[in-house]
Amino acid sequence: MTKQVQQLDRVIIRFAGDSGDGMQLTGDRFTSGTAEFGNDLSTLPNFPAEIRAPAGTLPGVSSFQLHFADHDILTPGDAPNVLVAMNPAALKANLGDLPRGADIIANTDEFTKRNLQKVGYDGSPLEDDSLSEWRVHPVPLTSLTVKALEGFDLSKKDAERSKNMFALGLLSWLYHRPTETTIKFLETKFAKRPDIAKANIAAFQAGWNYGETTESFSVSYEVKPAQLPPGVYRNISGNQALAYGLVAASVKSKLPLFLGSYPITPASDILHELSKHKRFGIRTFQAEDEIAGVGAALGASFGGALGVTTTSGPGVALKAETVGLAVTTELPLIVVDVQRAGPSTGMPTKTEQTDLLMALYGRNGESPLPVVAPATPSDCFDAAVEAARLAVKYRTPVMLLSDGYLANGSEPWRVPSSAELPDISTEFATAPNGEDGTTFLPFKRDPETLARPWAIPGTAGLEHRIGGIEKADGTGNISYDPNNHDKMVRLRQAKIEGIAHDIPALDVDDPDGDARVLVLGWGSTYGPIAAAVRRIRRAGGKVAQAHLRHLNPLPANTGEVLRAYDKVLLPEINLGQLALLLRARFLVDIISYNRVRGLPFKAEELAGVIQDVIDSE
Amino acid sequence: MSEIQNGRGLSLVPKSDVKLGMKDFKSDQEVRWCPGCGDYAILAAVQSFVPELGLRRENMVFVSGIGCSSRFPYYMDTYGFHSIHGRAPAIATGLAASRPDLSVWVITGDGDSLSIGGNHLIHALRRNINLNILLFNNRIYGLTKGQYSPTSEVGKITKSTPMGSLDKPFNPISLAIGAEASFVARTIDSDRKHLHSVLREAAEHKGTSLVEIYQNCNIFNDGAFDQLKDPGQRDAITLRLEHGQPIASATKAVRRGADGGIEVVPRSEVSEEEILVHDVRRPDPSLAFALSRLDEPAFEHVPIGIFRSVDRPSYEELMTEQLDEAIGKGGPGDLDDLLLAGDTWRIG
Repeated sequence: MTKQVQQLDRVIIRFAGDSGDGMQLTGDRFTSGTAEFGNDLSTLPNFPAEIRAPAGTLPGVSSFQLHFADHDILTPGDAPNVLVAMNPAALKANLGDLPRGADIIANTDEFTKRNLQKVGYDGSPLEDDSLSEWRVHPVPLTSLTVKALEGFDLSKKDAERSKNMFALGLLSWLYHRPTETTIKFLETKFAKRPDIAKANIAAFQAGWNYGETTESFSVSYEVKPAQLPPGVYRNISGNQALAYGLVAASVKSKLPLFLGSYPITPASDILHELSKHKRFGIRTFQAEDEIAGVGAALGASFGGALGVTTTSGPGVALKAETVGLAVTTELPLIVVDVQRAGPSTGMPTKTEQTDLLMALYGRNGESPLPVVAPATPSDCFDAAVEAARLAVKYRTPVMLLSDGYLANGSEPWRVPSSAELPDISTEFATAPNGEDGTTFLPFKRDPETLARPWAIPGTAGLEHRIGGIEKADGTGNISYDPNNHDKMVRLRQAKIEGIAHDIPALDVDDPDGDARVLVLGWGSTYGPIAAAVRRIRRAGGKVAQAHLRHLNPLPANTGEVLRAYDKVLLPEINLGQLALLLRARFLVDIISYNRVRGLPFKAEELAGVIQDVIDSE
Repeated sequence: MSEIQNGRGLSLVPKSDVKLGMKDFKSDQEVRWCPGCGDYAILAAVQSFVPELGLRRENMVFVSGIGCSSRFPYYMDTYGFHSIHGRAPAIATGLAASRPDLSVWVITGDGDSLSIGGNHLIHALRRNINLNILLFNNRIYGLTKGQYSPTSEVGKITKSTPMGSLDKPFNPISLAIGAEASFVARTIDSDRKHLHSVLREAAEHKGTSLVEIYQNCNIFNDGAFDQLKDPGQRDAITLRLEHGQPIASATKAVRRGADGGIEVVPRSEVSEEEILVHDVRRPDPSLAFALSRLDEPAFEHVPIGIFRSVDRPSYEELMTEQLDEAIGKGGPGDLDDLLLAGDTWRIG
C-alpha cells in the first residue's frame, strides 16, 4: 500500500503521559532525530514538581512539546497540531490547548474505567462524540507493544514500559524522522542490558511498522530541512548552554572555575553538567546551603579563581548578603539565577521573570552590579561568557538571569569554535602600585574601568586585607569618614554605570524605519515577541522590536530608542518590573503587558496585544 | 613534626627563604580592641608563633566573620578577608579548596561560629578541609554590647535576658567531636606557651583543626575563666591533656567508671595503672567526647589541650585527586571537543 505524503512547513507535537511514562525521553529522542534531519526546532518540556505524583492523576501529567519547521522558528509553538496522550489524564490536562482539527493519538489501553474515573470522566471520551472537533486516532499502544515483545524474555510489566518507544516509532514514521540515531542511542543507553536495548529497539521498530501498515494513518507528513546559516549544529538546552558558557569562560579567561552551589530546581542541571568536566580543572563544590555556595565561590575568587554560584530565586534571596560583600570587596563573581515562579517556593518547575528587581536591588546599601539576561536557550552560552567578561574586567559580581523556560527548552545551536570566542583574560597584580614604589593600594583604581587591582594570596609584597567594612579610597583601610563613604558609594556606582560604554548599543529591528510602535523585551520573552512581530508584519502591520540583554547598566542609547517611538509596549512575565525602571529613568510612558502564569507567552497572544496597541494609535 | 598530628597540614605551603620574625606579621593598623581584652594576648601569641612555621607570609590568609575577634585579620600583615557574620568557614572553604598552597586560618567567636554560622562550622569540620579554626570563646556577645551567647551558662543575666537566659549552651568541643572533626583542642588566652604549642599542632594538622580559646571579655563578661587563671584554684580545676600521658593533675585523675563511662577521682584513691592514658589518635571519638563532658555541669574539671587528632584525607586533597584522575584518563579538557561532543550535524 502506498500512502499519501503531505508537505508541511511546520508541525507542533506534544507528547503527554504520566510522569513514569518516559515522555521527556521520548520528546528528547524525537528532537534528536529532528535536529539530525535538519529542521529548525524549539522545545518546551513541562513537568510536575512532584517526582512521582500518583499514577494516572492530573498532577502527575508530564509533557514535552516540540515545534519543528522548514524555516527558522522562534518558539516551541502556541498550540500543538498533534497530541500524543498516553492516558486519560494526559488527554484531559492538554485538551484545552488543542486547536480545532488537531490530531489526537490516544493510547486506548489506558482508557479503563478506573483511569477515567481518576480524572472525572464518566465515560470514555474516545467513545462518545465529545472529541468530534479533533481527529482522534485510537491506538492500543500498550498491548501492541506487549505483543511486539512476545519473543523477549520480559515480564508483561517490563514489556509495557517500552510503550513510549512504540509511540516514538509511530511518530517517527508519521513525520519521516531518521531512525538510526534513536537505535544507536538505545544501544548505548542500555549497553549493560542488551536484552532491554533490543526490546526497546523492537518496540520502536514495531511502532514505525504499525504506522506503515495500519489504516488508522493514511497520510504521512514531510517537513523539509530548514535553511540555516552554514556551520556545525547541535541541539542544546539553556542549562547545558549556560554550563558550557562557563567552561568556555574559564578557558578564555585562563582562570580555574570554582562552582559553589546548592541543589535547587531548575538550576541543578548546571551543577550536574559542570561536575562532569573536571578535565578542565573545574572544581565543583556542593555546599551545605545556598549561603555557603556563594561564600565558597567568593573565597575562591579571592584566591584567583573564576568563582560561580548557581541557583534560583529562593537561593538568590539567601545569598544576598554575600553578594553585597562581593560588591564592596570588588571581586569577580558570577551569580546565576535560573528564575522560577515565586514568591517563596512558588512553582519550582514553572518559569517567570520576577527576580529582576531582586537582582538589581535585593541587597542592603547602595549595591550596584551588572545584570545580564540571555534571550534564548543557546544564547545562555554567550550570556555566560559575557557575564564572566564583565565580572573579571570590572572586578564585580554579575547577576546572570536565566529562567525555567530557557533552562529546559532547547534549540539548534551553531557551535562556535574556541577561536571565535572573545579573549576575556585579565592580569593579576604583581607589584606594588603606590607612588613610593613599595606600598600596595588594593583600592587604587584603573582610571578607565575604575576596577581595582586583583592581588591574589601567594603574591609577595602585596599582602593586604579586605572586608565588608567601608574602606578608605586607595589604601582599603577601614574608614568611617563620611566623605570617604560618599565617595566610595559613588565610585562603585560609577564603575558599574561605566560598563554602558563597553556593551553593544540597543539594536532596533525596524525594517522600513517607519514603525510608530516599539515592542521591547528582555530575557526569555525574545522568541514569542519576535514570532508575534513576524505575524504582524506578515499581515502588513508595522512594528519595531528591540530586546535588552544588559539590564544593568542599560545600553547607552536606551532612552533615545524609547523616545523615538510613539508607543512602547513591554511584555513581561511579572507585574511590570522593567517597565517600572524605564518609566522612572526615562520618563517614557511604557505600556505594560503582564501575565504571570508560570508559562511563556504565546506568539498569537502577543500578536493580538501588539495589534491592539497599533490600532489605538 | 610532632608525634601527635599527621604533619601534612603545611606540606604544600611554600617555605620562606628568609627568617621572619614577629614584627613581620604586624600590620600597620592600630589595634582597636578594648584595653584589657583577651584578644590582645591571642594576637600577640599568634604573631609570635607564626614565624616558627617558616612559611612565606604571602601564603598565609586569615579569614574572619563578624564580632570583636573578627577584626583580627586587619592586624596580621598577611592576606586577610574580614567577611560577614558566620560565613568565614564557607569563604575559607572555597579559598582552601581552590588553593592548597595556602595556610588558611579562620578567626571566629562563639556567636559567629556557633549561632549564625553554626551550619558552616559543622560542615567544615565533617569535610575536613585544610583550615585552622580559632574559636575565641568569651561566652558573650561583645560587639553588640552584651547579649548572652550560645556558650553562656543557663540563667545568664544580660541586656536581652534580664531574668536569665533559658537555653542550654553548646560545649564547642563536644559539638566539634560530634561533627566528625579530626582535630579538636582547647587552650586559654592567658597561657601563651600552651597557646603556642596547640596552634602549632593545629597548623601542621592536615584537615580542619578546631581550637577553642577561652578568652576573657573584660567589659561584658569579665572573669568568666578566672578559676582557670587564679593560681589558687587553677591546678585544682584544670586537667592537662597530653598525648601518651596519664590524664591527671597533682590532686585528681581520670579513670574508667563502673558504668562504662569515665570519672574524675582524687589521685590518692587510684593506682597509676588505673589512670586513663590520653591517646589523641584513638579512631573512635567516644572517649574524647567523654573527656569534653567533664566540665559539665559545673566548671569543676576542665580539660585543656588536644582532645583529638586523627589522620583522615582532607577534602581539597581528594578534590585534587579527582581532577588529576580525570585528566589522567582523558587528558586536559579541550573546549572545541566538548562543544562538538554528542549529536551534531553540518549545514552548508
